[in-house]
Amino acid sequence: MSPKTLYDKIWDAHVVSEDADGTCLLYIDRHLVHEVTSPQAFEGLRMAGRKVRAPEKTIAVPDHNVPTTAGREDPKNMTEDSAIQVAALDKNAKDFGIHYYPVSDIRQGIVHIVGPEQGWTLPGMTVVCGDSHTATHGAFGALAHGIGTSEVEHVLATQTLIQKKSKNMKVEITGKLRPGVTAKDITLAVIGATGTAGGTGYVIEYCGEAIRDLSMEGRMTVCNMAIEGGARAGLIAPDEKTYEYVQGRPHAPKGAQFEAALSWWKTLFTDEGAHFDKVVTLKGEEIEPVVTWGTSPEDVLPISAVVPSPEDFTGGKVDAAKRSIEYMGLTSGQKLTDIEIDTVFIGSCTNGRIEDLRAAAQIVEGKKIKVGRAMVVPGSGLVRAQAEEEGLDKIFTDAGFEWRLAGCSMCLAMNPDQLSENERCASTSNRNFEGRQGYKGRTHLVSPGMAAAAALTGKLTDVRTLMSETAA
Amino acid sequence: MDKFEKLTGIAAPMPLVNIDTDMIIPKVFLKTIKRSGLGVNLFDEMRFDREGNEIPDFVLNQPQYREAEILVAGDNFGCGSSREHAPWALKDFGIKSVISTSFADIFYNNCFKNGILPIVLPQEAVDVLMKDAEKGSNARMIVDLENQTVSSSEGESFSFEVDPFKKHCLLEGLDDIGLSLEKAPAIDAFEEKAAQARPWV
Repeated sequence: MSPKTLYDKIWDAHVVSEDADGTCLLYIDRHLVHEVTSPQAFEGLRMAGRKVRAPEKTIAVPDHNVPTTAGREDPKNMTEDSAIQVAALDKNAKDFGIHYYPVSDIRQGIVHIVGPEQGWTLPGMTVVCGDSHTATHGAFGALAHGIGTSEVEHVLATQTLIQKKSKNMKVEITGKLRPGVTAKDITLAVIGATGTAGGTGYVIEYCGEAIRDLSMEGRMTVCNMAIEGGARAGLIAPDEKTYEYVQGRPHAPKGAQFEAALSWWKTLFTDEGAHFDKVVTLKGEEIEPVVTWGTSPEDVLPISAVVPSPEDFTGGKVDAAKRSIEYMGLTSGQKLTDIEIDTVFIGSCTNGRIEDLRAAAQIVEGKKIKVGRAMVVPGSGLVRAQAEEEGLDKIFTDAGFEWRLAGCSMCLAMNPDQLSENERCASTSNRNFEGRQGYKGRTHLVSPGMAAAAALTGKLTDVRTLMSETAA
Repeated sequence: MDKFEKLTGIAAPMPLVNIDTDMIIPKVFLKTIKRSGLGVNLFDEMRFDREGNEIPDFVLNQPQYREAEILVAGDNFGCGSSREHAPWALKDFGIKSVISTSFADIFYNNCFKNGILPIVLPQEAVDVLMKDAEKGSNARMIVDLENQTVSSSEGESFSFEVDPFKKHCLLEGLDDIGLSLEKAPAIDAFEEKAAQARPWV
């Protein structure tokens, strides 16, 4: 048998049928659902008189719209249209009998944080959701990707997707990361190197010592942004860290079932000599803490750099860079560390997990913020509770941060957490698109530590300068 | 879904690279539980100022492009969010085909589910068609899915690739859920086999 990649193995294990032209019906093990991209799909089922084929494999949670302030269980405290979407999800979950974590449930949170936390996401699975950041679940060695609403309806009705196989891409991060450099810097540095379309048509497998060294939380951060590099999905082969994370979670297999699962999971790796259509290698020790300066996630530079000029680029990127620099209110040649920040946002499916909050709290502890507004939004109610148990909430609030309830919040600003015009934010989220965090808002993507550093100095700051201070 | 007929229409040039789905349909318009009516908000933040007045420079506000049915766009069109509201808004506005050197994966798939044909062509071909689109409403492009060609108003023709199954569904206006449900016996068989092999799923 010819050697297979991890992607090949998961794919082959889920093909229901294959047509002569290579179009496959792919079985879906887990379908995650949220309130924004699902109402039309459920409506479609109703109109056609169809049922959810596998309600036991379908998990719903409201996250995009929900306010992150107290009293949100009362729909009166939501905008009318948000309340309608959340109520529609309540009703659809009930009518179709799917698993549901309502706003009032402590387990509620961002769908991509809830899935792994509850043990729904397991190695070797196929996982889809009407959300592009479904790539997050690839950290477990699950084939996970975002789909549109028509495909949500297709999965609800058939528990399958019509798919053609993508190509295999390997992204290897060799060696060790230097202190202050995190999973977020890796994933941004990769997009900086490959561009936002560099992964189009591929499924990426991340590997190498620096990836192996990451915790599960860090691996989720890396895979989360595979979509920002254009890839259909990102994958990391499961290992002892994965098994340990999964074991004992509410919906993970138990006892003999766990042992049986484990013996299959241990076969989920890329065989020696398997073919990759594209290979990108970065040296871990050369990655610096990075920030984005523009309005595309590929606009990445080390914090030590200056704002580029449009002439540094070629083709269509010249005009795009000019537009970005103007939109962001920056000057070419300006040092990134001279950029003043109004607001800091720590949270999202990219960086809203416990490890992210710990990293930020470590920088913040005992200090005060210099920005106008700083906000921590834990990724789930359980992350929030864990952080409170560790006293992190106190560290943040003492420093001047707001301590919020779980949700997508200012990552996409569908709830009241939004930037105002020209407000500049250091954000641990995943997209710096025009208007993403609020109309004419300006976003710089950074790691949690870098966000914390910016909050303390009021400027984009190399987190390492504050770390040495802590050490001294 | 409507059948995708041979299209002769006005093409609007949008040379900007990385036009993302947040630009195509900003999130404030995602709070709908319907598929229809999003065309008025297509490219909202590029098309209108805060008071709702048209920004005259924006291509679809120019008189010669108001009836555009084709977009010729810069690289990596439709990147970002999976929101199907993006093709819904394009469709509702009247856009039936988008031409670029590359598309983001999820957006590309979403187009076919809504009767929109995304066409990938090499840079040189997109450059020719972009120039042609810049001529305005007198320059009508022809998109022929059956024969997989796009022709400029001057008759310069380019062939494009499209997945045979996606082409078939678009030409016939087929609902693919119905097609997949015909394979229910195969899905049943897979589930039985999988329940043996991976009972923990």
